[in-house]
Amino acid sequence: MTPYPAAFDLPVLASMALVAIIPLALAGFVLMNTGLGRTRSAAHSMLGSLAAIAVAALVFCVVGFSWEGVAGGSSHTLTIAGSHWDWLARGPFCLLGLSPGATRTNLAVLLQVFAVGLAALIPLSAGADRWRLSASCFSTALLAGWTYPLFAHWVWGGGWLAQLGSNYGLGRGFLDAGGAGTIQVVGGLTALSVVWIIGPRRGKFVQDGIAPAIPGHNIVYVLFGALLVLPGWIALNAACAILFAGAPPAQIPLIALNTMLSAAAGCMAAVLITRLRFAKPDASLSANGWMGGLVASSAVGSFVSPMVAIGVGMIAGVLVTFSVELLELRLAVDDPGGAISVHAVAGIWGLLAVGFFVPGQSLAQVVGVATLLGLVLPLTYGLNWLLDRVFPQRTGRDGERLGMDLHELGAGAYPEFMIHNEEFVER
Amino acid sequence: MKLAGMLLLLAGWVIVVSALALFARPGPRDLFVLAGLGVELLGLMLAFRGSARSPREAK
Repeated sequence: MTPYPAAFDLPVLASMALVAIIPLALAGFVLMNTGLGRTRSAAHSMLGSLAAIAVAALVFCVVGFSWEGVAGGSSHTLTIAGSHWDWLARGPFCLLGLSPGATRTNLAVLLQVFAVGLAALIPLSAGADRWRLSASCFSTALLAGWTYPLFAHWVWGGGWLAQLGSNYGLGRGFLDAGGAGTIQVVGGLTALSVVWIIGPRRGKFVQDGIAPAIPGHNIVYVLFGALLVLPGWIALNAACAILFAGAPPAQIPLIALNTMLSAAAGCMAAVLITRLRFAKPDASLSANGWMGGLVASSAVGSFVSPMVAIGVGMIAGVLVTFSVELLELRLAVDDPGGAISVHAVAGIWGLLAVGFFVPGQSLAQVVGVATLLGLVLPLTYGLNWLLDRVFPQRTGRDGERLGMDLHELGAGAYPEFMIHNEEFVER
Repeated sequence: MKLAGMLLLLAGWVIVVSALALFARPGPRDLFVLAGLGVELLGLMLAFRGSARSPREAK
């Protein structure tokens, strides 16, 4: 039997198989976003998602990966009080430093192309029905070219958050084995920034902040998307843990189990809460509870027992359910897909939960969360605010009145549908 | 108000990072890190209030 080349060790082979499954997470997420939006913006949502994934992949490979780098690679460091703080990688642009033999690095780049695509889809969900296609592409370029690589370097590229353990004795440094912070919270905070900048949909807050419900147009898409996301998410959590946190392939079954249980607990928590509060379970909130459990599992999946994963997922489901209501009814944030609650709130909870359940980790996790809120949020808000000054991100009155499909694409997603006159009545 | 919120968020993060660099003993360091997080939460509340008071909705 011919032995495998040295580069193809078991972790690399396992990661290769896992990375190939990750696009299912993107597909399911796109389907959910589209189902939670309106019929008149469905084609726009699908094309916007495809464009965001494409722009994110291209910009990340041309620019982003050079900022992110790999652990142990060359980087810009700052010496503060005798400790070296690694701030930014110093790699060549356009992936010029990659060689065919560097299998592990190449695999990490491929995984990150999918990961940054997933992060780019999160703001699209929040900006549905009013975010211009071209503006979302520019915003995605900023995310993939700067915000995401910067934080990813700090966590996965041997940056200062990963060094908190060696520099200051804070456990093993900031732990984010599955991308709860790097992918989900970064995407969720970008979604919040975008929603703050483009404002709510017309007719959403009509009288003194009262918010009439604008339900999603296809709940079957939403629920099927939630199911489709699961295998991709298991693969994402496991591949990230192997490639970025040094987990052995033997840990894959536990990570998969924790991911499934956390999602299940999040979903059931949302089902129960909506059943108790509204007399009937709410399908879209239950799907968001499922997603919240998945997001939280990205933080804890590699480090806790299955029972703890259930508890973390359950709390994530509860947080998502109440956060959706808080954002919409109290804080006047119009987030059609619940992206901010699912990705930012559940992600932050998952990262903090690692601090609760892994001994010696609590302060490192708090520092990581503080960096997401205190630096990443102002950074992404500032970048999108500047973009809005140069290139307005919100569509005009006609775009919202006609729907983004007709306005930007010239054709609807469902041309055989009867269009009712009340669709065009201004509220 | 939103700008003030963003500045508070940044200020909170600077407190967190400064605490790591300046305090060697765990007690004061942990306290200042938590204080920085508290400042960030204030900034977040301010930013939310800023957007809730003036939703950019075209009438």
